[in-house]
Amino acid sequence: MMENFNYSQKVMEHFMNPRNVGEMEDPDGVGTVGNPMCGDVMRLYIKVEGDRIVDARFKTFGCAAAVATSSMVTEMVKGKTIEEALKISNRAVAEALEGLPPIKMHCSVLAEEALKAAIEDYLRRSKDEGDRRVQPSHKHPL
Amino acid sequence: MRVYLDHNATTPLREEVLEGMLPFLREHFGNPSSAHNFGKRVREAVEEARERVATAIGARPREIIFTSGGTEADNLALFGVTNSPLASKRRKVVTSAIEHPAVIESCKALKKRGFEVVFLPVTPEGVVDLGAAEEAIDENTLLVSLMLANNEIGTLQPVREVAEMAKAKGALVHTDAVQALGKVRVKVEELGVDLASFSSHKLYGPKGVGALYVRTGLRLDPLLHGGHQERRLRPGTENAPGIIGFGLAVELAQEDLDRGMDRRIEALRDRLQRLLLERIPHVVVNGGGPRVPNTLNISFAFVEGEALTLSLDAEGVAVSTGSACSSGSLEPSHVLLALGLPPEVAHGSLRFSLGKDTTQEEVDYAAEAVASVVERLRAFSPLYEDFLRSELDLEQYLLRRKEET
Repeated sequence: MMENFNYSQKVMEHFMNPRNVGEMEDPDGVGTVGNPMCGDVMRLYIKVEGDRIVDARFKTFGCAAAVATSSMVTEMVKGKTIEEALKISNRAVAEALEGLPPIKMHCSVLAEEALKAAIEDYLRRSKDEGDRRVQPSHKHPL
Repeated sequence: MRVYLDHNATTPLREEVLEGMLPFLREHFGNPSSAHNFGKRVREAVEEARERVATAIGARPREIIFTSGGTEADNLALFGVTNSPLASKRRKVVTSAIEHPAVIESCKALKKRGFEVVFLPVTPEGVVDLGAAEEAIDENTLLVSLMLANNEIGTLQPVREVAEMAKAKGALVHTDAVQALGKVRVKVEELGVDLASFSSHKLYGPKGVGALYVRTGLRLDPLLHGGHQERRLRPGTENAPGIIGFGLAVELAQEDLDRGMDRRIEALRDRLQRLLLERIPHVVVNGGGPRVPNTLNISFAFVEGEALTLSLDAEGVAVSTGSACSSGSLEPSHVLLALGLPPEVAHGSLRFSLGKDTTQEEVDYAAEAVASVVERLRAFSPLYEDFLRSELDLEQYLLRRKEET
């Protein structure tokens, strides 16, 4: 049933000892991406101060590669500005993990998408807050 | 500690079997088709092996065709019938949704060749739906192929009942008995089948050898063309050491069964199930009703199977999963989906398959390892977080998911 176990040591290391794992209290942005049908769902939380991502955490349902890419992307994003973070590509995540088996590349795509979704959520929230300061909004903050 | 609980994938070669094979890898190297003594010595041993396999399944030696394994036996059965003149009048093949890929993929190929193929649904317990079988099997049905024991969840299928339905309509019956032989009693006459597939390496025999039982009087078309071996149904010089090992392995497995080995394994399997259910909440045992005694399939909801198996491997515990992530396809196992499990539950399934040498100590160690690995992975599963927030129990959750789809 299993075909591909040539994970790099780095992938296995991040899978067995994932960094920044677990929920975040009062995150400034949360992104959830993926599809349970395909076997991976990632949820990424970010904390932003000024324009800089000061903390990132994740929760992931998925295979070893999905866990490792989540772990790696949270490591990569910490300390970056929003603009810099948006430039993190799935390839960069895969490279930082010393490569992924071809059938697992979609996990790195998911990590990139989770990060983008969390940033979008942050931008939307800050816009909502800005709007509220001008005139009270009836929208529920997410 | 290293614990091997993947005996449905393959089993270690038995010492007695290896001993029995070695002379045929060394001094007795002759070609069984040769007229001289080198050949005759090997021919005798191959025919002895044929008798052993035949005796174990209650067949005649002439009805045993040695193949390269279970997959070839399945292919020979399905294409042997559908390529034969028998297929001129009947154009339908009936099988189940939970067959081994060797049968499923062969049936898909038959569909492309113009056969009507029906994949019978299964009950939530993982047993083929007899009502659906009754409806599907008709006067146009050439062949019904139903596995005896499912490889993933271990459920025993009602082959005898389905064979009776098929006979009533004049259809032939094949059973893939690869996962049943050596685990439960398999007698082709009692089952009422015309064709049955077997594999050696699932019962402590060597890899690369299997057999197809072909009932006397049934004429198949061969897959391969060549010499006269195996009644021309499987030409090519026989894999003599493999066949001889297979014969010994079948005989020894039968002796183990007669001595109640299956009950010992079943008790350990039930212990493993009980320990896992005691220690881990929110799980589903896949497969109800009679199962082969060594197999246990459990879904640990909201964690993914490859992550489970790799984590367990690091603890020395070898099991396999029905999750897609490890197979290169995107969907979880067709067997688990056929049971009606939602993907986030099907993906978290593990198959534990015990063997004749499995000990209670190993089972206890494995249960402990699984409990800690599931706990670790659930701690960072967003789906588990959502599930806990919903305050549903797993049964309610599964019901709700069923209503959604």
